[in-house]
Amino acid sequence: MTDPRHLARRYRRARLLRWCCLAAVVFALSCVMLLLFDITRKGIGGFSVQRLSLSVRFDPELLGLEGLEPRPEDLQFADFPALLSASLAALIPGAGGDGSQWTALLDDNADFLLYERLLADPRLLGTEVGFELPLSGWAERYLDEAGSKQYATLVEAELLSTLDWLVEQGLVHLRFNDTFFSAGDSRSPSSAGIHSALLGSLYTLLVCFLLSFPVGVATAIYFEEFAPSNRWITLLEININNLAAVPSIIFGLLGLAVVINFFGLPRSVPLVGGIVLALMTLPTIIIASRSAIRAVPPSVREAALALGASRMEVIGHHVVPLALPGMLTGAIIGMAQALGETAPLLLIGMVAFVVSPPTGLMDPAAVLPVQIFLWADSPERGFIELTSAAIMVLLAFLGVMNIGAVLLRRRFERRW
Amino acid sequence: MAVIGASFAGRRAKRQAVTVLSDAGRLGALPRHYAICAALWCLLPALAVYIAVLAGHEQLLRWYLGDDLRQLAHLAAGDPRWVLQLLQEVVVNGGHEDAMVWEAAQRCAAYSTRIDVWRTVLAIAIATGGGVVGYLQVSPAIRARHRLERFAYGCLLASTCVAVLTTVGIVFSVLFESLRFFSAVPPLDFLLGLHWSPQTAIREGQEGSSGAFGVVPLFVGTLVVSAVAMMVALPAGLLGAIHLSEYASQRARNILKPLIEILVGVPTVVYGFIAALSVAPLIKQLGEWLGLTVASENALAAGLVMGVMILPFVLSLSDDVISAVPASLREGALALGATPAEMITQVVLPAALPGIIGGGLLAVSRAIGETMIVVMAAGLAANLSANPLDAMTTVTVQIVTLLVGDQAFDSPKTLAAFALGLSLFIVTLSLNVISLLVVRRYHEAYD
Repeated sequence: MTDPRHLARRYRRARLLRWCCLAAVVFALSCVMLLLFDITRKGIGGFSVQRLSLSVRFDPELLGLEGLEPRPEDLQFADFPALLSASLAALIPGAGGDGSQWTALLDDNADFLLYERLLADPRLLGTEVGFELPLSGWAERYLDEAGSKQYATLVEAELLSTLDWLVEQGLVHLRFNDTFFSAGDSRSPSSAGIHSALLGSLYTLLVCFLLSFPVGVATAIYFEEFAPSNRWITLLEININNLAAVPSIIFGLLGLAVVINFFGLPRSVPLVGGIVLALMTLPTIIIASRSAIRAVPPSVREAALALGASRMEVIGHHVVPLALPGMLTGAIIGMAQALGETAPLLLIGMVAFVVSPPTGLMDPAAVLPVQIFLWADSPERGFIELTSAAIMVLLAFLGVMNIGAVLLRRRFERRW
Repeated sequence: MAVIGASFAGRRAKRQAVTVLSDAGRLGALPRHYAICAALWCLLPALAVYIAVLAGHEQLLRWYLGDDLRQLAHLAAGDPRWVLQLLQEVVVNGGHEDAMVWEAAQRCAAYSTRIDVWRTVLAIAIATGGGVVGYLQVSPAIRARHRLERFAYGCLLASTCVAVLTTVGIVFSVLFESLRFFSAVPPLDFLLGLHWSPQTAIREGQEGSSGAFGVVPLFVGTLVVSAVAMMVALPAGLLGAIHLSEYASQRARNILKPLIEILVGVPTVVYGFIAALSVAPLIKQLGEWLGLTVASENALAAGLVMGVMILPFVLSLSDDVISAVPASLREGALALGATPAEMITQVVLPAALPGIIGGGLLAVSRAIGETMIVVMAAGLAANLSANPLDAMTTVTVQIVTLLVGDQAFDSPKTLAAFALGLSLFIVTLSLNVISLLVVRRYHEAYD
């Protein structure tokens, strides 16, 4: 036992364990950092977009329109691609042709933007209008990656040199990507946005909160204040605690079998999504509310009872107001879970391709996580950027909610 | 409208209550109890009737339009539901070439409006009636507060029933559909079959139209992915917990724990994205550099990322248990000359072991039930293989693929998803119950 080598070995082992433990913590932290860094690196570009300033004269002749007062249905068949080509040809000197070779610089739906503008205000026909049109996907990446030659083989050298020239002339600007926040889903990355998904999430969460919070709080009050202590109640308590650990996808099955097939509600609507998520968050809210009620000291109850209050009055006037911050904290955490939940919503059909924002609870809608899932599956390269940007928005919302919950708890926490 | 009526009645009752109070002075409860009572009398029956009529709107319409629907049944292959929908579409479009259809559509619109009007009138009438009842009940003989409290108690009880019904609902909905599935596919084939290819089941009348529903490859896939996840989460989580509870200072702990728990708040779809687009290509490159064949969707990527996902879960559960070990045990070990490492491995960990096992089982149950990561990163092909570099599919992935998109609800393909759900539910539930029992036994040891 007094062998110094023996002691040294024991100390070495002690140091080894200490380093292993530290390594585990460092590993966990680096996972957090890598995750946030990876998403940010991929998604930061989604919030900005390169736009080309281009002045376009709405020439009726080029568009193939007769007269200066076209009907909306005429506009539908007007030749906007030709107009775009001609405007580009007017901007870019040299090189003959009708300018159609330059349209590859711009996004596919650039001519649609011209159409939309003229449709909104037909009096613009024959006048000159300044536009800022989005560049095409490869052009944007070429500029982002600062002249990387990766695309030189895929794209004609002439186009690249033209792009460089346009940048030199100061005609290409980096702008905030407002489409991302104002548009619905789209097949093309440049015109896809999260507006309708955000609204869908909002409606779904609203339904979820309105259903789960009152029911959850009422259940918690019943268990803490009224329930007799017998075997049945214990069984129910275990039951609810287990409900919190049931995989979320099972709730999707429940929603599909009961809400959609039995009650006949339509698929993909926020109402059904909200109901399913409410069932899922119910255990979280019940458990949080119960511990909040338990934290109210019995002396408060006894004092109220002694002054002649009924049990309902004790609860309504004293217990619930005192426990409310704790209940709300639980509710916010539950809502944050619900906001990030995807799997049960896939099962009740919230994977529809939804362009227009939902106008009510019975309108087909996508929610933000499902939108992320759909975009992550899309083959176009531009969607990786958008997916990551959407994830950043989702994480920002979740962060705000969780910080709000922590602040609420700190603000109202009371030591009795 | 019923709500507005209710508030009117409530206010009126309140005024009445005040006068009665001042005249007689011996009411059984406060005026506002009577007011709320009257409002409820007004609101609840009216609301119930309103919702009932609203829900039965289509039935009523079909009853009114019985003759028209029978005559027009040829429009939609004899199903009156579709005829009704068709007529409603015609009304929206504002015209139809067939005069008979157009007339029927107009009748349909007229009846629809009539039902709407009657529904509202009926609701208002009942609300007024309820209001009158509530009004008349403002008397010393009726004890409004007691009634209200009984009502509130009823609400609490009803809410509790909702929570309980959810569980019952899960069990019954999943069980019922699974039984229908097992009437088509023998349970033994399901549990022991080595081949999973439900896709053939949709083509009727073809050879092998019953599909193959052998669930073993799915269980193997689930096990492999969960095993990889646990190999990441268990050591890292446990060692991290030891660091936080034994080595780290209180200040470091207060900073580190919330930072690591950021991982809990990240939605699973985000992990899925990372697994599919960042980790899987990395593993593929690495594998090719080592000369291995790696599927681009492999179980390893999904498992690793899932391990990171449940790491903070294991960490905070273990941290709680390790912190709960009494300080006297630690001090005793140190006093006998143990190094800190010996104290941890020979005294603290054995004492905390039941709790750690319980937490580990909960983590396994979470890994088995996890959906989005595997849907996005683990692939769809049901390979019976134990090589984590292959594409693999899990129970949850198959539930999603079977149920996403349009499907006939009676096909064995759809019902198979419910049978999978049932097995998932049973496995996770038993893991949870076991972990609960283990943890409970541990608690008895020190209390």
